[in-house]
Amino acid sequence: MEKIKRILSEISIHFLPIIVAVSCIFPLLWMLSSALKTQQTVFKDMSLMPKVAHWENFIIAWGKGGFSMYFLNSVLYTVLVVVGIVLISSLAAFAFSRLDFPFKDFIFYVFLAAMMIPLPGSFVPLYVLLVKLGLANTRVGYCFSMINVGLSLSIYLLKTFFDKLPRDLEDAARIDGCGRIGIWWHVAFPLARPAIGVVTIYNTLNVWNEYILALIILQSKNLMPLQRGLMVFQGAHITEYPLLMAGITITIIPILIVYLFLQKFIIKGLTAGAVVG
Amino acid sequence: MSSKRISNYFFILPAVLIFSTFYIYPFFKTFQLSLHSWDGIQPTMQFVGLANFKDLFLDDKAWWSSMLNAGYITLWALTFQNIIALILALACDKALRIGSIYRVIFFIPPVLSEIVVGLVWKWIYNGDYGILNHWLVSLGLGSLASDWLAQPSTALTAIAIVHSWKGFGWAFIILLAGLQTIPTQLYEAAYVDGANAWRRFVNVTIPMMVPVFIMVMILTILGTMQGFALILAMTGGGPAGHTEVPVIRILNSMKNSQFGYACAQALIFGMILVTISFIQIRVSKFLKQE
Amino acid sequence: MGFKKRGAAICLVVLLSFVLIGNWGCSFNKIADSDSVVIWHWMTDREDAFNTLAAKYEELTNTKIKFELFTPSDVYSQKIIASAQGKTLPDVFGILGKKRDAASFVKAGHVLDLTSYMNEDNDKWRSMIFDKALSLGEFKPGNVFGVSAGVYAVPIDLMNVQMVYNKSLLKKAGLDPNRPPQSWNQFIEYLKKLRANDIGGFASGWAETWLIDSFALNYAFNIMGEDKVMATIKGDASYNDADWIKVFKLFEEIRDVDGLVSGVVTMDNKYAEQLFSNEKAAFAYNGSWCVNVYKGMNPDLDYCAMMLPAVTRKNPMVIWGSAGAAFYVNKNSPKAEKAVEFLKWLTEEDQQVFLIEETVNLPSNKKSLTKIPKVLSQFADDLNSITHPNIWPYEESPRVTETFDKGIQSIIIGEKTAEEVAAEVARVKEKILAK
Repeated sequence: MEKIKRILSEISIHFLPIIVAVSCIFPLLWMLSSALKTQQTVFKDMSLMPKVAHWENFIIAWGKGGFSMYFLNSVLYTVLVVVGIVLISSLAAFAFSRLDFPFKDFIFYVFLAAMMIPLPGSFVPLYVLLVKLGLANTRVGYCFSMINVGLSLSIYLLKTFFDKLPRDLEDAARIDGCGRIGIWWHVAFPLARPAIGVVTIYNTLNVWNEYILALIILQSKNLMPLQRGLMVFQGAHITEYPLLMAGITITIIPILIVYLFLQKFIIKGLTAGAVVG
Repeated sequence: MSSKRISNYFFILPAVLIFSTFYIYPFFKTFQLSLHSWDGIQPTMQFVGLANFKDLFLDDKAWWSSMLNAGYITLWALTFQNIIALILALACDKALRIGSIYRVIFFIPPVLSEIVVGLVWKWIYNGDYGILNHWLVSLGLGSLASDWLAQPSTALTAIAIVHSWKGFGWAFIILLAGLQTIPTQLYEAAYVDGANAWRRFVNVTIPMMVPVFIMVMILTILGTMQGFALILAMTGGGPAGHTEVPVIRILNSMKNSQFGYACAQALIFGMILVTISFIQIRVSKFLKQE
Repeated sequence: MGFKKRGAAICLVVLLSFVLIGNWGCSFNKIADSDSVVIWHWMTDREDAFNTLAAKYEELTNTKIKFELFTPSDVYSQKIIASAQGKTLPDVFGILGKKRDAASFVKAGHVLDLTSYMNEDNDKWRSMIFDKALSLGEFKPGNVFGVSAGVYAVPIDLMNVQMVYNKSLLKKAGLDPNRPPQSWNQFIEYLKKLRANDIGGFASGWAETWLIDSFALNYAFNIMGEDKVMATIKGDASYNDADWIKVFKLFEEIRDVDGLVSGVVTMDNKYAEQLFSNEKAAFAYNGSWCVNVYKGMNPDLDYCAMMLPAVTRKNPMVIWGSAGAAFYVNKNSPKAEKAVEFLKWLTEEDQQVFLIEETVNLPSNKKSLTKIPKVLSQFADDLNSITHPNIWPYEESPRVTETFDKGIQSIIIGEKTAEEVAAEVARVKEKILAK
């Protein structure tokens, strides 16, 4: 009787998560199975497991999309931009949350407002600016532009979490003779690990999927990121669906792996903080 | 003290430097363009004063109905999406067995590209061959079957549901991160005081989570109001503009070489979002002081 | 912890040095300095063929040609606009958008006038290319855009938009597969018959409004004649007129016989192509590129191209046709001469035949027409009836066009009547004219 009750309560707890989870997995499976079909069968044969699986589509997509080079570029851009954003935005968010200086609120609200206002025509002035700075068609120019894109939201997110953190650990660190930088690095940063995790995954996804700024700022093929490779499969009139699906699968695997690591970060935040304390 | 206060600026210096180089200049350009009529290419642009704004306010019904459409999708995201995200986050916050598998799975929709999501859901919603109608018929509810994306009465809701489905993963991980940063001591103290699970939720979790709730709301509003790729993939803004959102209107103006007008639209749009967000922040501050 | 930090620091240094070595500073000049002729385009499907031709040309002449592909097309148009402002346009580029946009590029001094090259040696180059194709990139004397007259673009290939029909589906419905509908009324009868047999009728990507627009304007030309359409665009005649209402009524008619596949107004053309190639629609309104698409999706598809069924014999039926790829030469490029030479070579017969075989488009060179696949030649048969806004003397304002196209969508979903839409379009047009 006890056992049945426990099983029933297990089921009721898992009911909603399982339904949601199934709906999340289905498109993934559909994408995978489409990647294994041919252009002729992709919309005709709707089964999730095709009779003949064309695994070679992945190899063709990798080669045709020129992924080898683009992959390296994307990894480089993602690492640089995300590290840059996390460091710069956590410094700023820490200052907005804990330190005091003139016009603090005003500057913070300017950042916040920037997040809200889309700048549709901004590609043109941004590009002209980069040309003037000698940064058009360079990795550095692209990285800085991308850091700027993620900055406001990351500062806002981190500040909200810093505000939430208890201050006693910082006070203890101060008594131990820690400076402001020390408190940021040794106390606030590790304590906010869940938030840092969120900011990291958000920006990773952002940079990894970005192609518009890349196409506008960069001209040389050997500087282009991964998404440029996917474009080859979707012409104005013809889309090679199986190759496109194979390409998309290739591009999202690294993201899912990164997320797999980071979700532990998000969950283990408190224990890590306690260790530092 | 004062020199220390000034030296605090060093913390925000990198952010401010990058921001002022790469944002402020394009922003002022946008502002300047909004007062001009310009096709993006010609060497001279014609100053028109506030004419673009006047057009926008008095003469552009499509713009304001696109605003309402985005508002409608946002309402769905704020309620449907975020409530589900909260329930799931609470479930995964507790030591739910196989919780980490859920955490990974729930994040699949945000990672998937709009192309895949659009193709899959178009196939689900399709009037003739869609599985939704197929299910309805086999459940004996064939009379409810419809061409979901092509009917003005259902298209927007159909999109709002897909949007919520694609977006709940973000709300989920932010809420989860928020729940994880609540110090366990607070729960323990409440437990010692004899509070049951519900009282602990009301007295500890909710107050500690208010800032995160506000943030999730602001990010939801922002993400939904500014979203457009999914809609383009699913309906292209149709039927007859019934699923258009402001960003699609802005892109449309740019496609028609009306750069000045596009900038005016963007500024008004941004100002509305800023106002909404600031009201929320004020309200949250007020709640905190209570 | 300490080890981790050091590891991270080393990683950062390595990455940074990679960046510095890879590309620091003003390397965008490299493009201008390099010895090759750089060509920007957005046409994914022609990329391989272009690269092969470039290699061949280098072998022949020692001139290096570098094609750079930027897609999707809306990002490409942003890119050339930004590059025009930053003065970093390549030697040769394509321009997307309306004639008005091309005019702005010319007026801003970015485009080389090719008239003199065309006319050299007794019009040697000019006579190679279809007149209609050439006129797409030509500005006539006294044009409304204020551009000095001349030929500014070189059309590389052509495409037109017509009707295709599935023979086996027609047979299934008891219709003669070798006798497609000859008139609009017959077309409606065919659709009725198909629907009675539970066969999907007509599919087109009518979420993409230009496909609606071209379809409707083709019929406007047929019903009222070119002059009246032009007069309406110019502002001398009104959209709220019996003839225009007749055009809008066509959509009511096709809606009332349930002749359109479901969801046609929120369908992109790629989806409509899926339906046609999987035999879920018997008719489709599609561009000549569809030959390539259907070949990929269903090689056994038994279909034919046909002229749109006319409503009346009073005026000729026209169809949309435009340059698939048209290239402009950068006026300020030091390699402009070399670029022109290459474009001349590209429009010669041999290269055209190669390009057409690879990409299944229509050639812009007159002589290469004989060497194209059968279905495509049906498209090509009607090259003389093509028209396009780019060769009209006047250009409709985008807001009117939008009201027009969305109005037709509203008719199809039963939201508005033909009369209401005509009145609404006329109202918007008047407002624009008043400005």
